[in-house]
Amino acid sequence: MRWINIALGVAVAGIICFFAVRELLIDPMYFFELFLGGLTRGSIYALIALGYTMVYGIIQLINFAHGEIYMIGAMTALIVASVLGMWGWNTAVIVILAFVFAIVYSCAYGFTVEKIAYKPLRNAPRLSALISAIGMSLFLQNYVMLAQTPEYLPFKSLIPDFKFWEPFAHIITSVEITIIVTTVIVMILLGILIKFTRIGKAMRATAQDKVMSALLGINVNNVISATFVVGSATAAIGGVLIACHVGQINFFIGFLAGLKAFIAAVLGGIGSIPGAVLGSLVLGISESYFTGYFYSEYEDVFAFTILVIILIFRPSGILGRHDAQKV
Amino acid sequence: MNKPILNVKNLTMSFGGLKALDDVSISIEKGQIAALIGPNGAGKTTFFNCITGIYEPTKGVVEITPPGKNTQSLRGLKPNYVTERGIARTFQNIRLFHGMTVLENVMIGRHCRLSSGIIKAMLQPPSQKNEEQKAVTDSYEILEKIGLEKYVNDMAVNLPYGAQRRLEIARALATDPFLLLLDEPAAGMNPQETKELDDLILWLRDNENLTILLIEHDMKLVMSLSDWIHVVDYGKKIAEGTPEDIKANSDVIKAYLGDESDDA
Amino acid sequence: MAIKNQIKQSLIIAFWFMILTFPIMVIKVNTIRHTIDFRWANLVGVGIVTFFASMTWNYFLRRNEDQKKKEMDDDIPLIHRLLQNDRFRRPFLGVVAAFFLAYPFVFPMYHTSIMISALVYVMLGLGLNIVVGLAGLLDLGYVAFYAVGAYAYALLNLHFGLSFWVVLPISALLGTFFGVMLGYPVLRLRGDYLAIVTLGFGEIIRIVLENWDSFSNGPRGIGDIPAPTFFGHQFNQENTMVYIYFIVIGLVLMTIFFVNRLENSKIGRAWIALRDDEIACQAMGIDKFKTKLTAFALGATWAAMGGVVFAAKTSYINPMSFTIWESITILCVVVIGGMGSAIGVIAGALVLILLPEYLRAVSEYRMLVFGALQVIVMVFKPDGLIKSVRKVYTFNVQEKAIHEQTNT
Repeated sequence: MRWINIALGVAVAGIICFFAVRELLIDPMYFFELFLGGLTRGSIYALIALGYTMVYGIIQLINFAHGEIYMIGAMTALIVASVLGMWGWNTAVIVILAFVFAIVYSCAYGFTVEKIAYKPLRNAPRLSALISAIGMSLFLQNYVMLAQTPEYLPFKSLIPDFKFWEPFAHIITSVEITIIVTTVIVMILLGILIKFTRIGKAMRATAQDKVMSALLGINVNNVISATFVVGSATAAIGGVLIACHVGQINFFIGFLAGLKAFIAAVLGGIGSIPGAVLGSLVLGISESYFTGYFYSEYEDVFAFTILVIILIFRPSGILGRHDAQKV
Repeated sequence: MNKPILNVKNLTMSFGGLKALDDVSISIEKGQIAALIGPNGAGKTTFFNCITGIYEPTKGVVEITPPGKNTQSLRGLKPNYVTERGIARTFQNIRLFHGMTVLENVMIGRHCRLSSGIIKAMLQPPSQKNEEQKAVTDSYEILEKIGLEKYVNDMAVNLPYGAQRRLEIARALATDPFLLLLDEPAAGMNPQETKELDDLILWLRDNENLTILLIEHDMKLVMSLSDWIHVVDYGKKIAEGTPEDIKANSDVIKAYLGDESDDA
Repeated sequence: MAIKNQIKQSLIIAFWFMILTFPIMVIKVNTIRHTIDFRWANLVGVGIVTFFASMTWNYFLRRNEDQKKKEMDDDIPLIHRLLQNDRFRRPFLGVVAAFFLAYPFVFPMYHTSIMISALVYVMLGLGLNIVVGLAGLLDLGYVAFYAVGAYAYALLNLHFGLSFWVVLPISALLGTFFGVMLGYPVLRLRGDYLAIVTLGFGEIIRIVLENWDSFSNGPRGIGDIPAPTFFGHQFNQENTMVYIYFIVIGLVLMTIFFVNRLENSKIGRAWIALRDDEIACQAMGIDKFKTKLTAFALGATWAAMGGVVFAAKTSYINPMSFTIWESITILCVVVIGGMGSAIGVIAGALVLILLPEYLRAVSEYRMLVFGALQVIVMVFKPDGLIKSVRKVYTFNVQEKAIHEQTNT
């Protein structure tokens, strides 16, 4: 069984390499463009996937409402930017305030969602918490739809076309490069937060053993809240960036983005932060090639197929650990 | 027919780098009440899990010789097949089906001895009805043997603690085992309940032709019940013998030193 | 003193929500006319609503905690107690039967049509209840099987001219087949992954239907699907509705009949055991995978049959009828009605589908309320509106089950 898997893997990898090299030789520029497009896409996935993976790591729950937090981040940024824009504020101030409000509000929503829908169910069966999460997601989507609008709203890009970037702009736009750079910075900051700060250490301890951490004087409730807040913040950044990139948003964008990011998190190994980043990049880039060379209308089908394949052959993901169930 | 009913040789189970069981060999004779003891975390429950198919051991042999049948290996079998072959178990942390009545919990144990499938369940031909009827009667009889018949239609979660532990035994019994594995059956019981459990286990051996292997911390119970005792510590087997041998064994005393566990 | 603290706490919470919902509830930007609309009334509304919501929330949370201490698990829902009572059961079932028999003749066609939709949801709900309620498998792609049934009828009729009555059993088999095909790879997964993967499958089927023009006619859908005939006789429009109504009533009765038998059989008990504790269930000799697969496939069977009825009733289908919302609605029916409880699911379907139809003014809030209800039900009443009650067996002195009482 094992060697069949390996042989299959090698064969698939071989075929993919063959096509990649062929396409690279035929049209290297297009190949490269797709790669950068995938990198951008993957960066956004990574920003959202972090929230999934951190929350899963700590309370073993798929936070279905996470995509909605991301959507609310984008929505808040849009509202703030539009209001300030009409009041005629300076562009730089608008950009900063839009980001700040998006992040603060997403965090607040993430925090509140946890308190309402998950905290009372912490000792309930997993199915209950999962259904509650789905309910929360449904509620938030409809709340935004009813309070704002079901239509797509145009989102004026907050990120200007940089002057110094003009020579490269035909390969990768300033928005795209901003997305990639921001993601890298966020990842580094997050790495520092998790590795070196008090709360980061508490998070890692809680993820390993909740009861023991509580005995050692860690306030588990605070740590869980902090995890939701941090995950929401990165999702909000992702939300604003993708809105700048795509140029329009509505109440429903969180659904698909959330699903894709979740797939990325599973692909990388859910619970693992580097895994989420790696999985996101792999998913983003492969999606980009798939839509570029094959069928663009089956983009989502492709993502789900990857999810199913991964779950069947390597449920712990690329970097995930395999842990035995406790009896 | 001198083959041991359960024969475990060189069983090793590693989780990553940690060896929860290291080269453990245990064999159990037909009709024995054997005990597996050792300090907390010694690997006793892991041993049960390896036999019953919840874990697949890293190395080693697990063989059974059911009465009147040939020797067969259990290694790598899924838990449900192990149960079908006649090994039943209880759990250390009670795992009853809380959404069901007491009787239904026992009827679940009958599951692998019933043959009706979905189509039959939907159409309910006489054969299915009879089988269902018999399952109900059989399960009720088991409850009577264990002394739980008064709770028959109660929800399993609403039972008192000691009764829940007994229900686990009743449920295991319903699978028609020849070997019963009990994981800390007396944990959390008061002296009266423990005494009743003691009688029940002896009765099971004598009247139901069962062989019993139990994990237990209550040394008084272990010493009075067991024909043979196996001791593990840190995943290794350190001793085996009759209760008298074990009481005198210096390794065992060392393993338990500072942990006078008989009040567990 | 305690009350004072609670009011203070609720005031703080209300204030928090006023800030939280400010950008989305209050500000509305019109980007075309460049105007900003500040809806201050909403702010006040949010404040008042969240204040009282917080008070009730905390009250129920505390009450729940007290109840847990007292172990109030024994309470049997009123409806079950009434149904157990022979004096009550007969007349009650009689009234229900009379109501449903007379319904299409008393009410105009429009109401019959709505009742048909609700009854289709009863069927779908009972089917999904096998998967989610009994076996504990969270299937978010249930609508995929519904689509299989609907498209099976539309396409088999279009290409081969097969009639409703021929397609109904075929689609049931197709549903089972698809259930097994999809279940086979994904049922080995842990519970929460299953939710996502089934969600994915549901979406995949919809996307394929939308894009595979030559097969499904794409987003334009398929029209002119004939209504069922009565031994070759085609009714006029109004009578067709009545006819379909009785077909659905028949199917619902059949569903209740079979599901009830399954629930109290070997396989039904295995589902519940699996839901309650997978490991103990396996240790009892139950094949985990096979048991899950049967639940999944049977659920799919009923969804497919529901799809056939749906296609026959609307005479036009397109992929938009089979979105994730549909799956979520069916899930709500099961969860809010009471997981594992057939009566709960029936009541849930009727309430959740009929109410929004008649309260048109608030029907746009339907999904919002569904979402909120899911959370509230899970937190305060995980058993749903009407919780399930297990079968009671009675024994005489000879330990023989002489009389069995069924309460489901």
